[in-house]
Order: sequence, then C-alpha cells, then structure tokens
Amino acid sequence: MKKFLSIFMALTLILGLVACGNSSATTSADTTTSTDGAGSVYYLNFKPEADSAWQKLASDYTAETGVKVTVVTAASGNYETTLMSEMSKSSAPTLFQVNGPVGIANWKDVCYDLKGTDVYKELTSDSFALLDGNKVNAIAYVIESYGIIVNKTLLAKAGYQVTDIKSFEDLKRIAEDITARKSELGFAAFTSAGLDGSSDWRFKTHLANLPIYFEYETDGIEQTPAIKGTYLDNYRNIWNLYINNSTADPKLLSSKTGDDSRNEFLAGEAVFFQNGSWEYNNLINGGYTDDDLAMIPIYIGVGNEANQGLCTGTENFWCVNGNAKQEDIDATLKFMLWCVTSEKGTTAMANDMGFVIPFKKAASSPNLFVKQDTSYTASGKKPVKWCFTTMPSEEWKNGVGQGLTAYAADQNDENWQKVVSAFVDGWKTEYDLTH
Amino acid sequence: MERALKKYWPIFLLPTVIAFMIGFLIPFIEGLYLSFCQFTTVNNAKFIGISNYIKAFTTDSQFATSFWFTFRFAICSVISINVLAFIIALWLTKKFKGNNFLRAVFFMPNLIGGIVLGYIWQILINCVLSIVGKPLLALNSVAGFWGLIILMCWQQIGYMMIIYIAGLNSVPDSLIEASKIDGATDLQTLFKIKIPMVMPTITICMFLTLTNSFKLFDQNLALTGGDPNHTTEMLALNIYNTYYARAGMQWKGMGQAKAVVFFLIVILISFAQLKLSRDNEVQQ
Repeated sequence: MKKFLSIFMALTLILGLVACGNSSATTSADTTTSTDGAGSVYYLNFKPEADSAWQKLASDYTAETGVKVTVVTAASGNYETTLMSEMSKSSAPTLFQVNGPVGIANWKDVCYDLKGTDVYKELTSDSFALLDGNKVNAIAYVIESYGIIVNKTLLAKAGYQVTDIKSFEDLKRIAEDITARKSELGFAAFTSAGLDGSSDWRFKTHLANLPIYFEYETDGIEQTPAIKGTYLDNYRNIWNLYINNSTADPKLLSSKTGDDSRNEFLAGEAVFFQNGSWEYNNLINGGYTDDDLAMIPIYIGVGNEANQGLCTGTENFWCVNGNAKQEDIDATLKFMLWCVTSEKGTTAMANDMGFVIPFKKAASSPNLFVKQDTSYTASGKKPVKWCFTTMPSEEWKNGVGQGLTAYAADQNDENWQKVVSAFVDGWKTEYDLTH
Repeated sequence: MERALKKYWPIFLLPTVIAFMIGFLIPFIEGLYLSFCQFTTVNNAKFIGISNYIKAFTTDSQFATSFWFTFRFAICSVISINVLAFIIALWLTKKFKGNNFLRAVFFMPNLIGGIVLGYIWQILINCVLSIVGKPLLALNSVAGFWGLIILMCWQQIGYMMIIYIAGLNSVPDSLIEASKIDGATDLQTLFKIKIPMVMPTITICMFLTLTNSFKLFDQNLALTGGDPNHTTEMLALNIYNTYYARAGMQWKGMGQAKAVVFFLIVILISFAQLKLSRDNEVQQ
C-alpha cells in the first residue's frame, strides 16, 4: 500500500512538472513570435465614453496588420491611479495620455521624444504638442468644445430663440424670465449644477476656465505662478445664475451628479445644460435630433461678447512610453499613424468617437457641436482657450469646488470670500508646492 | 510520528512562510525602502534619505489634522461599539424564544462591504439632513463625524456581540449560582462575576475595534470622502490621497513615509491597549 502511494505521489509530481514545463514552453514560444513580429501595442485609454470604439478599432488594426493591440480603459476619475500602477508592471502601457502641461510633470521622464516621427509630422500645428525645449513629449489627438447646450424647442416655448442670446445680460434676462414663469412653463432654465465630487469638474474646472482665460488675455500671459482673480465677480454672477435658476434647490446641489443633470436635460426639464461636444452621442441616443440642439458660448460679461466663441481646446495628449522595448515603441508609433491617417482610423475617430482630430488627414465629424464650433470660428468669433490645463493641481480644483458647494448652500459674501481665497491664495500655495 | 515532525517541520511550514513573505514581508520591506525615496513608479526610485518624513509633518499640515480626527473617532467608536455590543450580548444570552434569530439579525450588517454601506448611509443621512434643513454631508463635518460613528456601530456591533456572547457563555454556571445563593443582585453578579470573567474577551474586542477604527478606509471614502475640505479625512484616506490624488514626484514618497508612520502609530497604540487590558484579566 505504502509503495503504491509513493509511486502515485511520484507520478503526480512528474505530471505536474511536465504540465509546468509545457506551459512555460508555450509562453516562451509566444514571446518569440511577438519579438519576431512587429512588437505589440498597449494603449491605456482615458475616455470611458470612447472605450467600445477603441476596442473595435484595435481589433480592426490587428485583423489588418497582425499586430496585437490591447486597449484598456481606466475608470472615470481614476486614470492617474491606474496609469501609475500599470507603469510599474513589466508589461507597461506603450501608449498613454496626460491632460496637459501640468499633467506631463509626472511623466516627462518616461516620454519618448516624438520629434521626427511620422505621426508628429501629421499634426496640423505645434500648438497641439507639449514641448520641453526641443523634445516633443506629447501630442494632442482630439480637440473638443464646450459651452451651454440649449434645448431649442423648449427655448421657443418660452418665447425666445438662440439668436436672442448674445451676451451675459441676455442670458440672465432670459433665464430669470423662465424662472419667473417656471410653474406655468413646466421647466427650469438650467439643469441642476451637480456638485458631487464626481461631477463638479464642470464648474471648478470648465466654468472656472473663463475668468482665468480673460485674466490671461488682459495681462497677455499664457500661465502664471499667482492668479489675481480679476474677473471673479463675473464668475460669481454666472454661478448665481446657474444655481438660482435651476431645477434643484441650491442647498441640495452637493449631492447631485452630472448624470442627474444630463437626465434632467434629456427629460426636458431644463433649457440650458453646460457641457461639451463629448455629450453629443448621449443626447442623440437620448432621443434628440440636431434640430433640437445648439451650443452657445458661456458669456460671463467680460470682453467683447459679440465676438466670443465656444471654449475649444484639448486636455487629451498622447505620450509614448520611452521605457518600452524598441519594437513595441515602433509598433505603437505605427498604430498611432494608422489611426490618424488611414481611412478606417480617421472615420472611426470622427464617427464612432465623434472626435475632431488635429491631424492633416482628419475626416469631418458629424458631431453638431463640433460643426457649430467650426462655423462660429468661420464667422469671425474667437474661441476661448482651455486655460484650465494650467491650473496648478487637482487639489486647487477641489478647493474651489468645495468653496462653490458651500456658497451654493448659503449664498453670502463671507462664503464667496472663501471661493476667492481658494482661487487666488490656493493657486499660489499649490503652485509653490508643485514647483 | 513525532520524530518525523521534528525532522520535517520546515517543509510543512514552507507554504505559509512563502505566502507570508510574498503577501506581507517583501511588500513591507519594499514600502519601508520607498519611504526614503523619490519616485513616480515603484521600480524607478531614487534614494533621498529622510526628507520625506520631514515633509510629511511640515509641508502637509493635513496629516496632523487627520491624526486628531482619527483619534477622536477611535475613542468614540471603541466606547460606543463595545458598550452597545456588550449590552446586546447580555440581553441575547438570556433564555427566550427567538434569540438565535436575533443574533443572526444583529450579525447581518457585518456581511455587507464597507463601500456599499458607506453609500447607503450617505443617502440615508443626506435625506435626514435635508428634511431637517441642515447642510448635507459634503458641507457638514459634524454630521460627517457622527455619521461615521453610526455607520461603524451599525456594522461592528453584531460582530463584537458574537464574541461577547461566546465569552459570557463560558462563565461557569456554578459561580453565578453561588453568587445568587450568597444573595447578590443582578448588577452585583454582572460587575463582580461576569465582567471580570470575560475580561479576556473584552481585551480582544477592544483590540479589534481600536485597530479597525484606526485603519478605517472604505467607509470613510464612501460616506464623506474627506469632505468638506479634508476635515473628515482619516489617516488611511489621507495617505491614499497623498499618494494618488497628487500629481508630482515629491508626493509619492511622502505618502509612503506617512504610511510607515501610520503603521508605527497603530502598532504602538494597540500594544499599549493590549498591555493595559491584560493587566486586568483574572485567572479562572
């Protein structure tokens, strides 16, 4: 019996060894084929709304060229976290993205110099690249616009047209008129300004861009170690307008989310909805047509409002991981080039993802808001730049967001002073901490 | 048999030792090393000495604030959880119909994950706050503090109750009977017989609740997220935020240094507490 048992154990052991040997043999065979081939691509995608489109594009590319492309999408708001842990792995992403001049600080040492690559040569302008001296760290791959999305049908019911809104004064007059007749009309002026931590970027980042942009314009600068807050009173005015003319009680805004806001807009509960061109597919899938919608600039009562366009820019920059194997880097560069030049790549980016891409061979996008941005610019209006990429840190944004939330719940001068201090003093503190 | 054990014990121990090394010892040592480094990704670290520790206490005042918040929270929750759990255990060790069912009911909340509980209680508490017209959780650090206490009580009382029930059941009937014959009242039996006899159980429960309170993370993240303005941010969440929410090399090492300090604090406090309550235990 004992003998039988030991033979049995020995056999199991040998079998186990053989099994292990087998599996390790296959893995090594796998790596040889991929090194023999053209390397592989691992893209860590930032935009959850474009995930399925990227997956499809990646499998199309693999079918066409045989090069393996893995696309992984980080959960909303967790990109930096995911990137940080993925980059520590032996199979790190070969293609990842940063959100602009501030975001690149973490990663500039790993960025592969894109100067001289074919994909960089396709870029329409150097203003879409993040340069460090002569080195090209990152290139933008999508340009987006945001503003106030208008439900034209509801606006007409209230007795106005999009062309009636040409300045902050107009917007204020119309919004307050709609609020006054809210019960009679059955809808509000603005969707609830959701201030939940997952959604307050619409205000602490995108809306806060306007006072920063106008201050930069006035002072003729591109970025600053200390903001002055010249136009914060205008920021307060537009914020008052948003929160006091909306579907929700301002006290409850801290628990509202961006999804609540979109759902209110889809349900026809409000006329105005501050958001960007990336919302287009959601709104069309929610049952609207191009005839129902329009996007207007966010007027805050500063500068030449007749000439103000949508806020247009990018916070999506591609970086190639310079620590990756050379064949993987080459494969990644080829994949990027294919995405922005081939027929399949450009149409997928324009149609499925709804992007306008800053590359020479870009296909035109069916996205209404993008088309509107083009026509605004063509008619001589000046787009507002995305200056929020120069905000010193996430912490700064959170400070402003907290201030806005507290102010919304209790609108007095003292609370606004806290917003101002988070905006101005917080900027300096955070800038000094990161520089 | 015994001789074989003596000879082969290292082989039997090997799987556990390997698991312990991979899962605990190696990451711990690497973490300790990283707290002296500047880095973005952990495999590319540069040694810079103790400046991370200095910065953790100087540039970032939040760490100290978080420590006091955690400290206050730990005291309140340890007391309330243990007192309530003990009272319920006393009640449920009485003989009446349905007490097994009630034990299961009280234990149930412990089976739900912290993140889920955090969000459920966030909705509940916000609802109550909006009815009474007070600022919601995101703006209300007092509500945040008590919300966390309520949440932790709700989750932990059942678990501690089970341990207390086991302890109370092991008190010999003969002792209680003898005290009754001597004419002791119920209160006297409780304080002179039962509590001294369950002292080891109290030690365990205090230890568990104290370390749990200090290490609390997911409930904190889900219920308040540290709002408003980091005032309800506990140590673990503060470390997480330092490490992940901040962009820039200098923060990673600082987060790591904070984690080491945090580890030392938890070890120190738990040992002090263990020592204190061990001294009060009696031999049966």
